[in-house]
Amino acid sequence: MKLAATIFTAAALCALPALAQDAAAPAASAPADQAAPAAAPAATQQAVPPPATEQTTTAAPAASAPQVSQPTEFPIKKPGLQKWSFAGPFGRFDTAQLQRGYQVYKEVCSNCHSMKYMAFRNLGQEGGPHFAADEVAALAASVQVTDGPNDAGDMFQRPGKPSDHFPSPFADTQAAAAANGGAPPPDLSVMAKARGVERGVLWAVVDFFTQYQEGGPDYIHALLTGFQDPPAGVTVPEGTYYNPYFLNAASTHMPPPFKDGLVAYTDGAPQTIDQYARDVSSFLMWTAEPHLVERKRIGFEVIIFLVVFAGLMYFTKKRVWEKVAH
Amino acid sequence: MASSDTADHPEPTRRDFLYIATGGVVVVGAALIAWPLIDQMNPDAAALALAQVDVDVSSVKPGESLIVKWRGKPVVVRQRTDKEITEAKAVNLSELRDQNARNANLPDSATATDANRSTPGKEAWFVMIQICTHLGCVPLGQQGNYDGWFCPCHGSQYDTAGRIRQGPAPQNMAIPLYKFTSDTTIRIG
Amino acid sequence: MAGTSSYQPTNPVAKWIEVRLPIFGFIHSSFVAFPTPRNLNYWWNFGAILTFMLGAQIVTGIILAMHYTPNADLAMSSVESIMRDVNYGWLMRYLHSNGASLFFFAVYVHILRGLYYGSYKEPREILWILGVIIFLLMIAAAFMGYVLPWGQMSFWGATVITNLFTAIPLVGNSVTTWLWGGFSVDNPTLNRFYSLHYLLPFMIAGVVALHIWALHVPGNGNPVGVDVKSSQDTVPFHPYYTIKDVFGLSVFLILFAWLVFYIPNYLGDPDNYVAANPLQTPAHIVPEWYLLPFYAILRAIPNKLVGVLALFGAIAIVAFVPWLDTSRVRSSTFRPIYRQFFWIFVITGLGLGYLGSQPPEGGYVIAARILTIYYFAHFLIVMPVVGLLERPKPLPTSITEAVLAKNAAKA
Repeated sequence: MKLAATIFTAAALCALPALAQDAAAPAASAPADQAAPAAAPAATQQAVPPPATEQTTTAAPAASAPQVSQPTEFPIKKPGLQKWSFAGPFGRFDTAQLQRGYQVYKEVCSNCHSMKYMAFRNLGQEGGPHFAADEVAALAASVQVTDGPNDAGDMFQRPGKPSDHFPSPFADTQAAAAANGGAPPPDLSVMAKARGVERGVLWAVVDFFTQYQEGGPDYIHALLTGFQDPPAGVTVPEGTYYNPYFLNAASTHMPPPFKDGLVAYTDGAPQTIDQYARDVSSFLMWTAEPHLVERKRIGFEVIIFLVVFAGLMYFTKKRVWEKVAH
Repeated sequence: MASSDTADHPEPTRRDFLYIATGGVVVVGAALIAWPLIDQMNPDAAALALAQVDVDVSSVKPGESLIVKWRGKPVVVRQRTDKEITEAKAVNLSELRDQNARNANLPDSATATDANRSTPGKEAWFVMIQICTHLGCVPLGQQGNYDGWFCPCHGSQYDTAGRIRQGPAPQNMAIPLYKFTSDTTIRIG
Repeated sequence: MAGTSSYQPTNPVAKWIEVRLPIFGFIHSSFVAFPTPRNLNYWWNFGAILTFMLGAQIVTGIILAMHYTPNADLAMSSVESIMRDVNYGWLMRYLHSNGASLFFFAVYVHILRGLYYGSYKEPREILWILGVIIFLLMIAAAFMGYVLPWGQMSFWGATVITNLFTAIPLVGNSVTTWLWGGFSVDNPTLNRFYSLHYLLPFMIAGVVALHIWALHVPGNGNPVGVDVKSSQDTVPFHPYYTIKDVFGLSVFLILFAWLVFYIPNYLGDPDNYVAANPLQTPAHIVPEWYLLPFYAILRAIPNKLVGVLALFGAIAIVAFVPWLDTSRVRSSTFRPIYRQFFWIFVITGLGLGYLGSQPPEGGYVIAARILTIYYFAHFLIVMPVVGLLERPKPLPTSITEAVLAKNAAKA
């Protein structure tokens, strides 16, 4: 055993730098994260990003390593973890939040982003925004969808029905790219599952037990609230917007989508960029996983059943084996 | 090759509470697992969403028919002529092989009078699933000895209210759930 | 040992069948009366767990096949339709994807049990080789299954792995074109992978039947590695091991339920929720976790052909273990030196798995090379040398003696 212990320790010591590399990245960005959300609303309130030479009053760039060169690793900063109503074994969606999130999607995001796997009838689902049937029909009818061909062989527009899927703002990917500086806005149906937070091996073990599955919404929230001026020494291409939370580069083709008061909520929720980001991130989690609430509910029942069953099987096994030496 | 020797290995066959409880839990568990495996073959949410179809009938003049696809089946929407209506009303129930209205909008016991086969208050308007009740072919309209439908597959003949009069089909063609949502629109399903 | 059975069913219908096709006698002698060592521990549960998981994957797979469309333009939509619209479709999909992971988890435990307890030793060599064949078929089936949703990882994983075949000298490019059915991974590739993915589990089931048959000739191994000497050493498979297997399975199912219902995407890659784009490669191409150790070995070697040979060699070498291990003692319980190397091997495997998930840069590459060298050294050097030089602890004369000694020590 001593031999094994020595070799194991040696191997672990070799592995430590690799593990530390993972641990260092979140640690370095942690102080920056705390400063950034406070700074972000100030930075993103401007409709047009200021020229790169202007300094903002945020502490964030100063707190992270002084960036005198273009960043090469992305995302530059890891997202902060948020509290979500749907997290954990008893998580569920907040119906009002999903309805607000849909409103944000419809009024802001749907101008560029399609959501092709969603149908209007889904908006009436339990465990989701749970709009009433007539509201669903009205929401569907408020958009035009393409149908056809008709008897003359032409495609035509008509008001939506609940069975229709959300129409796409562009006819195809090429049109979407052409209208957006060469980068087609991605479809948002499963975006909350298509993004995650890289947390390293040690956190991965913890996450198994804490059931952390909210990396997507955390990322989306950070991205939407993360637009800010680039730090001194970092330039971004013309027509793009600096965002340290973006997955693939230092800047996005998407302009900061929100400003305070942009969407008029009718239920009294705060009309701030952060709230819009939270609401739309929750909505996107629902569109990605519409059966989340049902899944967790059934999961609870199944695990209770299995624990009872395993317990019964344990005692049965003991009873069967009690007279047999083993 | 050794077979079990009861002196060395006492068989635990006592039926006591533990075994019964465990067995019961196994049976319940099996049933709970089986249900999703079976239910997944039922029509999914997308199929159920297409269960209703809205039809614009403003172009259908008397004597004309429109055929719509509903749940994969042809549904005929016809504005019958006065002659067709009179012929349908003149038929005695006792002449009919199938005296049941076969109308999803009415109770199961309703009889196959013309009033029970056509639209209340709009007796010219006739909506019916145009599938022969013999073996499922689509009969041809305004043909046959009864001015109704004639099925070329095996010769069934229906009258102007879609009721079986002659041939091997056992039942009147079915009337689906429908209603006029406006003067020119019918919602089927 | 199951030979001709003397079992006679009591039911007259069963008797009639038994005369014509002795299936009841066969089941009785193989799975009811079958004499099994009385001292098996819980590491022996994993064979039954694996059989269950194969059945679960086949059932959920056939159900998914009722709703899936194997066409590059429609595949992802059909999977989303399963997740959203098909009744309990989300459950079927998550059971199948997480079931594949747990299938591999169980198979790794099962293989490590075999390595630790010398289950591969004479006369169980063919049993062992059949197991390696099952493992290879599982890897092929899992690889092809992962391509079917046609996400970014599906597409690019398929591209990387099928490109391995270009390493074959002379015919490499032709073979790869033949595999693809085109000049890159595309719709023809998806269609044929779907067909083969449906086929392979049934081939696995056939080899599993041979595997269990090969096991039943000598009977099960056991934790002390000493052969069965008399009926004192064994108990009938039913009810002792049927009940114990169901208990073990019920605990395993708790783990399965935890994954499926609470963290169904924990073992997956978010990039696979992005539709396949042949014009854009993801920043990091990573296979599913159970293939990571082999992926690390592949990337550790700078030469393309040698890397491919090392990848397949890493699996193939396992088949030779009955001949590489020279020890006359089966169970590592009595092999104090080898036992330590076994645990180093386990840590090596875990380390390679971790390295497979990281970008192949800097310190990660060096570590992967060291661990790859140890991986092969374990089979080619440690097993033969330690087997010859080690002095094992004295073995008990029989299973019964070992059981009685253990119970006396506990009392």
